[in-house]
Amino acid sequence: MKDKTQQYWKANLKIVFSLLVIWFIASFGFGIIFSDTLDQIRLGGFKLGFWFAQQGSIYIFVIIIFLYVWLMKRLDKKLSKEEK
Amino acid sequence: MTTQLLTYIFVGATFALYIGIALWSRARSTNDFYVAGKDVHPVANGMATAADWMSAASFLSMAGLIAFLGKDGSVYLMGWTGGYVLLALLLAPYLRKFGKFTVPDFIGERYYSKTARKLAVVCLIFISFTYIAGQMRGVGIVFSRFLEVDINTGVIVGMAIVFFYAVLGGMKGITYTQVAQYCVLIFAYLVPAIFISILMTGEVIPQIGFGSTLVDSEVYLLDKLDQVTKDLGFIAYTENVKSNIDIFCITAALMFGTAGLPHVIVRFFTVPSVGAARQSAGYALIFIALLYTTAPAVSAFARMNLIDSIQDQPYSTSPSWFKNWEEIGLIAWMDKNQDGKIQYSSGDALENVKPSYQELRGSNGQRLLENEPNLSNENEIYIDRDIIVLANPEIAQLPGWVIALVAAGGLAAALSTAAGLLLVISSSVSHDLLKKTYMPQITEKQELKYARIAAAVAIGIAGIFGIYPPAFVAQVVAFAFGLAAATFFPALFLGIFYKRLNKEGAITGMLGGLLFTAFYIIYFKFINPDINNSDFWFLGISPEGIGCIGMILNFTLALSISIFTKPPPKEVFDMVDEIRQP
Repeated sequence: MKDKTQQYWKANLKIVFSLLVIWFIASFGFGIIFSDTLDQIRLGGFKLGFWFAQQGSIYIFVIIIFLYVWLMKRLDKKLSKEEK
Repeated sequence: MTTQLLTYIFVGATFALYIGIALWSRARSTNDFYVAGKDVHPVANGMATAADWMSAASFLSMAGLIAFLGKDGSVYLMGWTGGYVLLALLLAPYLRKFGKFTVPDFIGERYYSKTARKLAVVCLIFISFTYIAGQMRGVGIVFSRFLEVDINTGVIVGMAIVFFYAVLGGMKGITYTQVAQYCVLIFAYLVPAIFISILMTGEVIPQIGFGSTLVDSEVYLLDKLDQVTKDLGFIAYTENVKSNIDIFCITAALMFGTAGLPHVIVRFFTVPSVGAARQSAGYALIFIALLYTTAPAVSAFARMNLIDSIQDQPYSTSPSWFKNWEEIGLIAWMDKNQDGKIQYSSGDALENVKPSYQELRGSNGQRLLENEPNLSNENEIYIDRDIIVLANPEIAQLPGWVIALVAAGGLAAALSTAAGLLLVISSSVSHDLLKKTYMPQITEKQELKYARIAAAVAIGIAGIFGIYPPAFVAQVVAFAFGLAAATFFPALFLGIFYKRLNKEGAITGMLGGLLFTAFYIIYFKFINPDINNSDFWFLGISPEGIGCIGMILNFTLALSISIFTKPPPKEVFDMVDEIRQP
């Protein structure tokens, strides 16, 4: 039992950590640090770095949270099955 | 029908709706009053969170700020949405599992200390009142411009409405009015944005119009804007002025601050389960993103339109919105070169920046100013950034009902946030200070009574802020986020993810973060504002971004002190194990 909960917690941390890496790259990475470099590339009327800073990062944030909801639901199910 | 009559009808109808909802959803227990009975549907909670979160600042000020800041304005867009990722992944589900009523509740129990609880209450009250002052200013602006009533009357009407549903309904009343307020505010935000997008680019969706070519032209909107801003002596619209490290720190302070704001966190206490808390954060961010991805498009349209409609126009034939806002005191014109035409370029037009008006009129009919002209540049106008969203429909010459809608939306945004803030203030007083600290013998019924009294008193204080607005409102906004990032976020995060953290570490960390951040902001904003520039800042980080460093300090102190003092009792370890399970 103790083992199961520890495994669950470890799996949880892994999910959270990987998603936060995406979160960091999308905002601080593409939107700020590499923004000027990305500006060389164009996306229609947008410079790409500018687009990430004012639009793209926000869309990615939404996707991250729903990915998290889905992954955690799967993990919770696995845990409750194993407990039975 | 005149625009003013339409505005009265729209505002009156939405107010009636809020009161109706309040009557329908009265709170009967402390559980109802603090956390809406914990049975709010995740989608409804998402909407309520979005309305709670999107304040007068998001609705009225943000697009205007970005219109003038250009790419630097991205810090607000990323900062105020990215925080939800942190909230959803690191805090909300666990705090929901904890299952109590307030944020200080968690801190008090997790760090088994009344001192920690009281410190948390102090931070919470400070952060929340800072925030409320801004909401009341928003209410005042909308009332005085569109309903042409005195600002004070406007504030009192706003207070009366909030009083009604917050005191009567508590969290339950607030939640369902916020759902209605979200619908009003998002509709009011999107309609003019869509209209303007069609007018300027022919695209229905503003997020696409933002990156499209202008109507009857091969030139992209943003390229044209870059060109025009450069010609007027500004930095190109899509380029940064601030240094990367400053942008990085401001964004971080806003993100971690958002995740640590008590009035947002407490919304996740109202849903039925841990899974619902996760989902709810996702819905909240969708609802928020709808406005936040529209805002930068609105900013670009507004900046373009603004320049087009006033540049080199004679004052006598300038558009009516220009003169209307001049009457309110949020626009000023000083004819530096005496040609009777309006010239707009970079730099502050006036010495001392803000205009102070004389009674007299100039030869063109403009209001004359006490200020000396700032002769280092040729800019002739002062425009308060808060007016952009409100003036935008007028600038684009949209029909009167759109303008009325925007007024109702602005009020919805301000009132919904004010109510959410008032609730966390009142519950931290009645629950954390009275029930859990000073008057543990009171019954639930008495606690509910005290919660209502505390809400009423808090509304009174907020009203005073609205009627006598402290001159420093805009400057202390940095405070709210900086302090939330430097105090609450580390204490909550470590409380969940690091069992070994004890009360000594948590309290020292919060105090250290609080004092450092507060001192830095007070020093540069109030004691020595003359040297508030990057040459004197610590590592080139502005007061807006210093919360990020305060947070790192908090983490460092908390972790190092914890290691050298005795570990928390076994109950705390068990409690943390418990909240880590879904």
